[in-house]
Amino acid sequence: MNKRKSKNVFINGAISSEFIGQSIAKHQSKTTIGAHNIFLGQVRADEIDGKKVSAIEYTAHEDMASIKFHEIREETFSKFDLTCMHIYHSLGSVKAGEICLFVFVSSPRRKEVFSALEYVVEEIKAKIPVFGKEIFEDESHQWKVNS
Amino acid sequence: MILHIKYFGLLAEVTGCNEETLEFSKNSVSDVLSILFEKYPDLKEKDFQVAQNNEIVSKEMVISEGEIALLPPFSGG
Repeated sequence: MNKRKSKNVFINGAISSEFIGQSIAKHQSKTTIGAHNIFLGQVRADEIDGKKVSAIEYTAHEDMASIKFHEIREETFSKFDLTCMHIYHSLGSVKAGEICLFVFVSSPRRKEVFSALEYVVEEIKAKIPVFGKEIFEDESHQWKVNS
Repeated sequence: MILHIKYFGLLAEVTGCNEETLEFSKNSVSDVLSILFEKYPDLKEKDFQVAQNNEIVSKEMVISEGEIALLPPFSGG
């Protein structure tokens, strides 16, 4: 069995560029890595019926999400030759233009990270019970549906 | 059978609560849902999946006890 532990994925609020920068810096000691690939999900100021989205408030079924994140990690490591992988997702309010999802995969070789990253992001979108409430500038809201 | 029911996202708005504990006499997912639809008629119009103890289950599934979560379409990322 795989010994990689399940990690805490959720971050309260937006994911800062400092946090992302520090995550990259932490990998300088892992010198078998030759390629990183990063996905950053950003909150879009969609305009819906003349109203603009100013923020998304994320909630989740956290226990189920932790289990599903762990399954996605295990599945990804079994499919791709990765050295390491990190996933962070926001909970709570994230303003338009801020980062709400950070996926970071690393491998000795570039080909693995291109396909692994797309796989992980699509799995997260499909399997993680996270719910986004789009808050408009006039403070009304609607529930986001992924396209 | 006593079930702990959790509502997420839009569904918590429809029911006006995040969770509740209810007693049921029949025990398939669809039996439980028909009781919930009586209690919250607007729930019937909504698109959602049901998870029992953190796994998605089908409507025919027979549930024992524990936690049932009603999950609207996922919209993470």
